[in-house]
Amino acid sequence: MESPTISIGELNLQDTELRLGLPGSDEPEKRCNVGSKRKCSPEEESTGNRSDAKSDHNQSDNNGPPAKAQVVGWPPVRSFRRNSVQQKKEEEGGRYVKVSMAGAAYLRKIDLKVYKSYPQVLKALENMFKCTFGEYSEREGYNGSEYVPTYEDKEGDWMLVGDVPWDMFTCSCKRLRIIKASEAKGLGCL
Amino acid sequence: MQRMALSFPEEVLEHVFSFIRSERDRNVISLVCKSWYEIERWCRWRVFIGNCYAVSPMMVIKRFPEVRSISLKGKPHFADFNLVPEGWGGFVCPWIGAIAKAYPWLEEIRLKRMVITDESLELIARSFKNFKVLVLSSCEGFSTDGLAAIAANCRNLRELDLRESEVDDRNGHWLSHFPDSYTSLVSLNISCLGSEVSLSALERLIGRCPNLQTLRLNRAVPLDRLANLLARTPQLIEFGTGAYSSEIRPEVFSKLSGALSGCKQLRSLSGFWDVLPSYLPAIYPICSRLTSLNLSYATIQSLDLIKLVSQCHNLQRLWVLDYIEDAGLDALAVSCKDLRELRVFPSDPFALEPNVTLTEHGLVSVSEGCPKLQSVLYFCRQMSNAALITIARNRPNMTRFRLCIIEPRTPDYLTLQPLDAGFGAVVEYCKDLRRLSLSGLLTDRVFEYIGTYGKKLEMLSVAFAGDSDLGLHHILSGCDNLRKLEIRDCPFGDKALLANAAKLETMRSLWMSSCLVSYGACKLLGHKMPRLNVEVIDERGPPDSRPESCPVEKLYIYRTIAGPRLDMPDFVWTMEDDSEFRIS
Repeated sequence: MESPTISIGELNLQDTELRLGLPGSDEPEKRCNVGSKRKCSPEEESTGNRSDAKSDHNQSDNNGPPAKAQVVGWPPVRSFRRNSVQQKKEEEGGRYVKVSMAGAAYLRKIDLKVYKSYPQVLKALENMFKCTFGEYSEREGYNGSEYVPTYEDKEGDWMLVGDVPWDMFTCSCKRLRIIKASEAKGLGCL
Repeated sequence: MQRMALSFPEEVLEHVFSFIRSERDRNVISLVCKSWYEIERWCRWRVFIGNCYAVSPMMVIKRFPEVRSISLKGKPHFADFNLVPEGWGGFVCPWIGAIAKAYPWLEEIRLKRMVITDESLELIARSFKNFKVLVLSSCEGFSTDGLAAIAANCRNLRELDLRESEVDDRNGHWLSHFPDSYTSLVSLNISCLGSEVSLSALERLIGRCPNLQTLRLNRAVPLDRLANLLARTPQLIEFGTGAYSSEIRPEVFSKLSGALSGCKQLRSLSGFWDVLPSYLPAIYPICSRLTSLNLSYATIQSLDLIKLVSQCHNLQRLWVLDYIEDAGLDALAVSCKDLRELRVFPSDPFALEPNVTLTEHGLVSVSEGCPKLQSVLYFCRQMSNAALITIARNRPNMTRFRLCIIEPRTPDYLTLQPLDAGFGAVVEYCKDLRRLSLSGLLTDRVFEYIGTYGKKLEMLSVAFAGDSDLGLHHILSGCDNLRKLEIRDCPFGDKALLANAAKLETMRSLWMSSCLVSYGACKLLGHKMPRLNVEVIDERGPPDSRPESCPVEKLYIYRTIAGPRLDMPDFVWTMEDDSEFRIS
C-alpha cells in the first residue's frame, strides 16, 4: 500500500479530516464518503466505494500537492507526546511560520529561531509588511497603531503577540497574522 | 438466610463491610438483600463512576450520603487521539455544584478526561474544608488561576496531580499561593505545565513539607536547580526532572549525583526532557534501587539507554522511546528480570521509513527474558505471526497487550499473511488477558479467536481490521467480560450491532467511528434500548438530512440510568427511546 509523503516542516498535527478508505472488497459496500460535506445520495451508495487510500487523500487535497496525508488519530500517540518529539526536530531545522496580512496578495514566512526577542521579530515584520505596531503594554496591547500582530497557538486560539514569555511564544506559535487595529476589538486592545 | 443476615446488628455488618474496599465487591454485597443494600449505602465512602453520563449527580448523592472520595471519567478513550470533537462533553461542573452542597466532608476528587473550569476549582477550594486529593488526569478547561485557588484555600491538601492535563498556563505564580503555614503536601505532579514556577517558592514549599513522597516537575525547571530541591526532600520516593540538560559543569554534575544518592527511598524517575547524555551518569548510583523509569521523552540513543537500563536490576516498569532499539531490549531482557510493564513509544510516528532498528525481535527478547512481564504497549513497524505466537507462549501471564504496527493493515512481513494467527495465539495462551489492542492486517478470523478465547477480556481496541459484520458479532457474542469496546475504520455495520443489542447493556460503552453503522440502525437501537444512550456524533450536520441508510461518522453507545444527557453540543444527537421522532 502506498505510503503518504510527509513534509516535516509542515507537519500539521491537528485534525485534517482525512481518512483512509475501507479495504477494497469484492462485495459492493454501502458506504458514504465520510470526509465529504455533501448529502449522502442513494446513487453514491449503490456504486459502493472501491476507492483506496490514495484516492481518498487526493480527493481531499484537490488544491495543493498530495502532501502528508495523515489519518486522523493514527498512530494512536497522544498530542503532547508528538509535540515533544516534534519540538526537538524543529529545533534542529528552523522554525518557519507563515505570516499573513489582510489585503496582502500572498503570505510570507519567517524563521522564529532567528530572533531572540519580541522587539526583533516585530521590527522584522514591520519591515516586511511596511506597517507599524506601536508600543506594547500588557494592559492595552498595541496602543496607538494601525496594525496589531497576532498569532495562532497550538490550541487553535488567536492570541496577541507579546503576552507570553518569548520562548513559550516560539514554541506555541503556529502562524502569524497581522490584523488591522479595528479588527482587534475582540482581543481587548483599544 | 435472610433471618441470619438480619440477626447481626447493623454496626457489626457495617464494620465487616468497612474491610471491603473494592467497588465491585461493594456493588455485589449491596445486591444480597435489601437490608445489606441499606447498610452498605450508608457506609460507602468511595465512589467510582466510570462514565459520568451513566448516572446523575442526584442519583449518586441520594444513594450514598457519606461519600468522601469520588472518581469520575468523562470522554471516551479515543478522545486521546483527537477522534472526539472539541466540545463533545464530559463537563464536570454540574457534579461539582451538586457535591459541593451534598458532601461538605469530601476529601478526594479524581477526574479523567473531563472538562473542569476555574469556577469549579474555586468552588472546590471553598466548599470542602477537609479536601485532600485532587487528581486531574487528561483534563482540560482550566487555568493556573484555578490552581491558585486550590493552593490558597485547601489547608489539608495532600495530593495535587495534573497528569497530562491541558492547562491554560498563564504563569507560574499560582504555586506561590500555598501559604507559609501549609505543610501537608505528599504528592505534586505539575509535569504538564509549560510555565516556569518560582523556584524559590517551590524550594520553600517542599522544604516545609516533610511528608512529600512524589514530586514531578515540569520541563521549565532547569537541571542546575534540581540538587537544591532534592536536598530539601531526602525522603522522596518518586521524582520527575525538568529539562535534563545544562552546560557541562562538573560541580553541577556532582551536586546532582550527590543529591540523588541522598534520597534513599527514591524508586521512580521520570521527566528527562532534552537529555544531554553526559548528565546521565548522575543517575547511575541509584539505578539499582529504581523500580520505575519513564524515559519516554528522552531522545537519547540506544547505547546510552543500554548503559542505563543494564544497571536497573530491580526495574519493574519502563517507558521508553523506540530509540532503545532491539539491542536495548535485548539488554533489558538480560538485566531486568523483575520487569512487569514495558511501553515503547515511537520517536517519529509519521516517518515513512523506520528511523530506528526496533522490530518484533526486541519484544520477543523481552518476553523470553522477563518472566513477570504482564503489561505491554509496543509501537513498531513490522510484526510476524511467528513472533506473536512466541510471545504468547512465553508469557501466558500477560494481562495487557497493546500492539501498534504503525502502518495500518500491515501483514506478517515474512509470509504476507494477516496477523490473525498471531493475535489468536495471544488470546488463546494468555488466559488472563484483560486488555488488548490490535493492529496490522486482520480478517474476521481474528475476531473469531477473540470471541472464542478472550473470556476475561475487558477492553478491546480495533482499527482498520475485519471484513464484515461477522467480526463484530464474534466479539459481542463471545467476550463475556467485555466492558469497553472501541472501533475505528472497520467494515462493521448494522447487523452485528442490532443482533447483539442486549450485550451493550452489559458493557460500559461502545465507540465506533468511520464504520458502516447506518443512522436508521442507530435510531432503532435507541428505540429498542431505553437504558442505552445512543449518541450519533456527526460534524456533517443533522443525520436526518441524509438518507437513513447513510452511515454515521461516529457513534458512542453507553449504558445509563440517567437518560439522555442535556449538555450535548450541536453535532451530537441522542437517539430517542420512545417512538416519537425528534424534530431537528
